[in-house]
Amino acid sequence: MGFVYKTEEFNKVLEVLEGNYRIFAPVLKVGEGRFRDTDVIRYDYISRIEDAELEERSDFSFKEILIPLSETMFYFTENEIKEADYDARPVIVLMRSCDIHAVKRLDQMYTGNGPNNDWFYERLRDRVKFALIGCGKACPNSFCVDMGSNKTDEYAFSIDVVDGKVYCDVKDDELFAAFEGAGGSKDNVEPRFVTEAEFKVTRPEEVPIELFKDPMWDEYTKRCVNCGRCNFVCPTCTCFTIQDVFYTDNGRVGERRRVNASCMVDGYTDVAGGLVMRKTNGERMRFKVLHKVYDFRKRFGYDMCVGCGRCDTVCPEYISFANCINKLNARVKEVTENV
Amino acid sequence: MNKTTTDTNLKKLKKNAYRVSKVRGETASRVRCPGGEIDVDSLQRVVDIARKYGKGMVNITNRQGFEIPGIDLKDVEEVNKALQLIIENRNINQEEYNGGYPASGTRNVVACPGKQLCPFANYDTKKFAQEIDKAIFPNDHHVKIAFTGCSNDCAHTRLNDFGIIGMSEPQYNKDRCISCEQCVKYCKKRSVGALKVVNGKIERDVNKCVGCALCVNYCPTRAWTRSKEEYYRVVLLGRTGKKNPRMAEDFMRWADHDTVKKVICNVYAYLDEYLDREAVESKEHIGYIVDRTGFEEFLKYIMKDVTPNPKCEIQGRIYWGGKRYDQNNELRNSMWRFSEREDAVVLKQGE
Ligand code: SF4
Ligand code: SF4
Ligand code: SF4
Ligand code: SF4
Ligand code: SF4
Repeated sequence: MGFVYKTEEFNKVLEVLEGNYRIFAPVLKVGEGRFRDTDVIRYDYISRIEDAELEERSDFSFKEILIPLSETMFYFTENEIKEADYDARPVIVLMRSCDIHAVKRLDQMYTGNGPNNDWFYERLRDRVKFALIGCGKACPNSFCVDMGSNKTDEYAFSIDVVDGKVYCDVKDDELFAAFEGAGGSKDNVEPRFVTEAEFKVTRPEEVPIELFKDPMWDEYTKRCVNCGRCNFVCPTCTCFTIQDVFYTDNGRVGERRRVNASCMVDGYTDVAGGLVMRKTNGERMRFKVLHKVYDFRKRFGYDMCVGCGRCDTVCPEYISFANCINKLNARVKEVTENV
Repeated sequence: MNKTTTDTNLKKLKKNAYRVSKVRGETASRVRCPGGEIDVDSLQRVVDIARKYGKGMVNITNRQGFEIPGIDLKDVEEVNKALQLIIENRNINQEEYNGGYPASGTRNVVACPGKQLCPFANYDTKKFAQEIDKAIFPNDHHVKIAFTGCSNDCAHTRLNDFGIIGMSEPQYNKDRCISCEQCVKYCKKRSVGALKVVNGKIERDVNKCVGCALCVNYCPTRAWTRSKEEYYRVVLLGRTGKKNPRMAEDFMRWADHDTVKKVICNVYAYLDEYLDREAVESKEHIGYIVDRTGFEEFLKYIMKDVTPNPKCEIQGRIYWGGKRYDQNNELRNSMWRFSEREDAVVLKQGE
């Protein structure tokens, strides 16, 4: 069922929803970018639709609601463990089609990968509903169309703000009352999707094992500065690391945290005994790219990357992940044709 | 061969921003570009003047202006008319239409590229430089001012009477920090090493921190961000020269815009009062005047009616270094003269 609202009317919808949910949306944080007087779009709680940034893609993804950048798991004393408090109120997250596809990947990694589900992930995940932000245009550097993540019908409701009007397609019955009571007119509403993205990406079907040591990766050893930004902004990166923090010198009182990790930064592949599995940034790039568009598929049947393009936009060294896939594809062709 | 025999008032010529040339009868026009910025129309006009009245060459000055040499003294009035477009486009205060620049004592105000271009900048250096130029020009007092965006000091503010160095106060959001330690690493390698990890989170030594905001540039998660407020370090009375070249010394840190502006503007009343009227060409580095009057008197003048922002820290007494050539012209460590080293011969042969 669809509705069309004026902005004030839609804010009434949000007001009612806020009785039961917190609303988590992309927000323009003025002046919080890397450089003086540059901004960043990252997720935060909102109460009015004007406070959400719906035109431009967020720099950081929604995933911070499900896997916080830094989260205290529990506190420990000599003989006791206390689970850290967390905000258990349900959340509605506003996100684009590619990001809704990314949720499937997060679920796969945390709840569909091995015998044990991730308890910390699940307790947050169970409280989250997803609302779709329609895409009026393809985002810079995105290749969602080639990754098949440009469309979705898995949303509680959709939001498209066009010429000051808010268009909503409501699918979730639990939320229906909030939409019906706010004024607005009923109409047939279809969320906007893009069908042509800026950048074309071709993935290789198979990647022969020789490419593991291919010179094509050397370029990235020289160019990449292993800052990890490409991972931290990625809606499908799921790695974290565990930190034990001791408040006292005897190490008996403290807390355990988990924090986001990156396969690009130093320390990620360090193992006991001082061995580092992937030393060069080229090797790390190879691992990341193959994981995103090949290895994950071998295991689960679909690719991990959803083509949002955030990693390209954020890279301080202008390294294009998307173009790397194309280079990989070309290289695979070369190698297999020469056999 | 003399080109011209014009009876020229050189004092007036210099005040009009022309340099007296060693070639008799010739002069050079100095084009003022506050903040080291010039629009293409003005730049074209510089070219046109150099082609028509000069000798087809332009000097780029140390203080980010242009100098057009080889101008015949009899063409000065025409050149002044041609300069009008540049003076207007650069928004320079003027006294007489078509009369060229009204003064040359207060030098072009220098600025590094600043936030319009440079990733490290903490404020708009060019805009501030131009604002100050508006406030102090024209003036005959010999004052050098430079603005630089961060502690890298690409504008060499330390060689100016007033050097303004941009600062941001880094803001830390611990919930976004993942302990990657990149801020710690870069602060240590490229700045002063004010950060350390304590229990998986970052602590900043607020006294040590120079406000360069490198940590903000390098933090991959936006855990570090810049303060909304722009702050400045003010360094005083650096100079080059024959007698006692020296670096400018710290006067203020975490000063705000208004404090900086007032302090700079106040220096002119001090100079009106204390400039040595006997000084050659009424030109004297401020530092030498301060050496005469004492720093206290200088401080009284530059702090007049200034209400510094609460965060601003101010140095009450300053000592400058630099070699005093009027007292000692020896190479500093004469006992280590190169020729007296036992291995001097070997070194010379590059063995
Ligand atoms: S963002 Fe760029 S430089 Fe940083 S780790 Fe990723 S590829 Fe390397
Ligand atoms: S790898 Fe890059 S394009 Fe793919 S989902 Fe992650 S951030 Fe988006
Ligand atoms: S001083 Fe700082 S802001 Fe200015 S150009 Fe140098 S690095 Fe950039
Ligand atoms: S502002 Fe500069 S000196 Fe201060 S903590 Fe950050 S990097 Fe270090
Ligand atoms: S760079 Fe940012 S995320 Fe990394 S340790 Fe420093 S503050 Fe934390």
